[in-house]
Amino acid sequence: MNKFMRTMTAAAVMAMVGFAGQTMATELVVVSWGGAYTASQQNAYHAPYMKNNPGIKIINDDSAGSAVAKLRAMKQAGNTTWDLVDAVASDAMRLCDEGLVDVIDHDNALASAPDGTPASKDFGDFIVSECFIPQIVYSTTFGYRKDKVSRPMSSICDVFDLKSFPGKRALEKKPINNLEWALICDGVAPSKVYDVLGTNAGVKQALAKLDTIKSKVVWWTSGSQTPQLLADGEVVVGSTYNGRLFKLIEVDKQPVSMLWDWQVFDLDGWVVPSGTKNKAAVMKYLKFATDTQRLADQAKWISYGPTRASSAPLVGNHNSLGIPMAPHMPTDPLNAKTTLLFNYEFWADNRDDLDAKFNAWLLK
Amino acid sequence: MEKIQENIVTADGIPLKISLARAQRRSKIVAFMMVFPLLVFIVVAFIGPIADMLLLSIDNSIVKKILPKSSEALQNWDEYSGELPGEAVFAAMVDEIKKAKAAKEHTRVGQRLNYESSGFSSLFRKAGRKVTKIKTPPFKEALIKTDKRWGEIYTWQVIKQNSSSYTEGYYLAALDFKRKFSSGNIESLESKDSIYLKLFFRTIVLSSLITFLTFVIGFPLSYMLSTVSTRISNILIIFVLLPFWTSLLVRTTSWIALLQQEGVINDFLVLVGFINEEGRLAMIHNATGTVVAMTHILLPFMILPLFSVMKTIPKSYVRAAISLGAHPWKAFWKVYFPNTGAGIGAGSILVFILAIGYYITPALVGGSSGTFISNRIAYHISSSLNWGLGSAIGVILLGIVLLFFVFYDRIVGINNMKLG
Repeated sequence: MNKFMRTMTAAAVMAMVGFAGQTMATELVVVSWGGAYTASQQNAYHAPYMKNNPGIKIINDDSAGSAVAKLRAMKQAGNTTWDLVDAVASDAMRLCDEGLVDVIDHDNALASAPDGTPASKDFGDFIVSECFIPQIVYSTTFGYRKDKVSRPMSSICDVFDLKSFPGKRALEKKPINNLEWALICDGVAPSKVYDVLGTNAGVKQALAKLDTIKSKVVWWTSGSQTPQLLADGEVVVGSTYNGRLFKLIEVDKQPVSMLWDWQVFDLDGWVVPSGTKNKAAVMKYLKFATDTQRLADQAKWISYGPTRASSAPLVGNHNSLGIPMAPHMPTDPLNAKTTLLFNYEFWADNRDDLDAKFNAWLLK
Repeated sequence: MEKIQENIVTADGIPLKISLARAQRRSKIVAFMMVFPLLVFIVVAFIGPIADMLLLSIDNSIVKKILPKSSEALQNWDEYSGELPGEAVFAAMVDEIKKAKAAKEHTRVGQRLNYESSGFSSLFRKAGRKVTKIKTPPFKEALIKTDKRWGEIYTWQVIKQNSSSYTEGYYLAALDFKRKFSSGNIESLESKDSIYLKLFFRTIVLSSLITFLTFVIGFPLSYMLSTVSTRISNILIIFVLLPFWTSLLVRTTSWIALLQQEGVINDFLVLVGFINEEGRLAMIHNATGTVVAMTHILLPFMILPLFSVMKTIPKSYVRAAISLGAHPWKAFWKVYFPNTGAGIGAGSILVFILAIGYYITPALVGGSSGTFISNRIAYHISSSLNWGLGSAIGVILLGIVLLFFVFYDRIVGINNMKLG
């Protein structure tokens, strides 16, 4: 019993020491997407920053997928426990609209480019919201099983061509992107896609085009599903985020090729939750984590393009594979011959309506 | 007798009746204190959120809160007169959008109205950008100049009809009705546009099927468990519980590996020549996948109540029936089976209620024909942020569960339920 008590006391004392040791460092809770993506941020941003700033401890939270709803709930409860959140641009805009994240003064808060170009110019058009600090350009695009097709797929419309490319396709269970691709393959001029999609007839046209492959579609809800479906041979071609396909092809060595035609660019970046208890520490961290070199460094671990114009020339080789990363970037000229940019305003307006129509169509 | 009793006193001179009442009160307080933490917990963690959800599904305070003067001024405007509202309404609107813009609230009005009619999100976002430049009247022309939609009667009809404190709009949407703002009438959606009624129906049908399948598989298994020796039944129970201790996601993805077209089962069937390469069966990413995976996941909830009830049924009952001349089948059906009723009831209602609210498994293996209504709730809560609609669907689902519960109570009786 005595020994037991002694052990317990020792454990309690150690726990208290540990606790005191922790409270001395400022803890920043950084919310991101987990997996390879958080790992790339850990390697490129968090680890070097913590090394130079021993007083800061960065804690990763992988719940970015439900961040918008959680930030809203935190605000309503009056207790914001997150310090920095990684969000896609459309969500950043919604969060900014609702006043759930702080407005950023990009030029004063962020580092200038090495040649002195102010941050707002270096990021340029990628600053789609005054609350948003762009980080990467990613794209939603297709990968296909090169061993299961008679000839390489080169056009987005090959996805809709069941005769030449039989087999199942993986598409995201959302109207976004799918409706655009359907219209392009139904002969609508790419520049007119959103004009057409804004009308009832246009939506009908897009859904009618999707009808032609509906029976062969596996609908995914998480970006990790398509790589698995491709690896299992369950689908011949499928859409997902380009970084996932890079890993499938280069790291996992699966017989899959990229189909970059009409890839849809989107942005991902940081937002600072309003009401964070460590605002000053977060802003200091952000200045470091979004400078030219850091953004270029991230591309060593994942194939997403940096959003600063000044970072592009600095993109080097993959950290472990040693292959040059530039040709795997969605923004590489060879990959970006035909692209769409996520139309934020159109989807903010029509998301609810088209989502209802899309789901009704799915149920038919 | 009465009198004598009243006169009985305890050793310290207090009448026995009072003393007894005191002692009982003390024990009542102690008993209450014991359940008090649970009561607080239930109120805070269960009743509170449900009440909050109920309120959220009818709450419509945003427009009125952010545009108070405009919504009041709109009350005097006849929305079916065919004319735009007057200058006073426009003046109030310009003023309030300016204020809302300063407080960063104008887009919230836009988002709220966008749930009712597409386009309001950009209308208010644009107005917020441009309205600061409007300084002098006439406000009507100036506002219409920022966007021609302000000059459409329909825009103002939508705002007026959504400016009351409460709305039935979310329930209408959750039941596939739509309000036509140009006439104020409520119309039901065409069957090809209907979503939620179809999903409610599908959820109930598939949940019933899953409940039935867990019963068909679980009943003989529980019977065997209750008849073999304790040593063997303990080992078998572990096999029943083992999946319980495995992550839900792992169990679900294992089913994907088994059932998909390039999966284990299809490979085997092709190997033995039961089907050919082209005829591989589609058993996942559809309703079949949902039913198979969920039957497996929910099976323990059927087996455990059944097992605990069957263990208490004396073997002598059936023996007695047989020795009195009953056919073994008749003895089982007339004597044994009715005694398991409490377990069947408990297991069925447990599985059914759990199934009706499941959303992870249907999302992963359900494709488009095997998703449940709960997937739409999850979408509206975490993705579209239309919490009002999500709450309304949630309340209806809660109503359906309670309805089934009442049915169950009428037919079987809730007191007969035995959970183990």
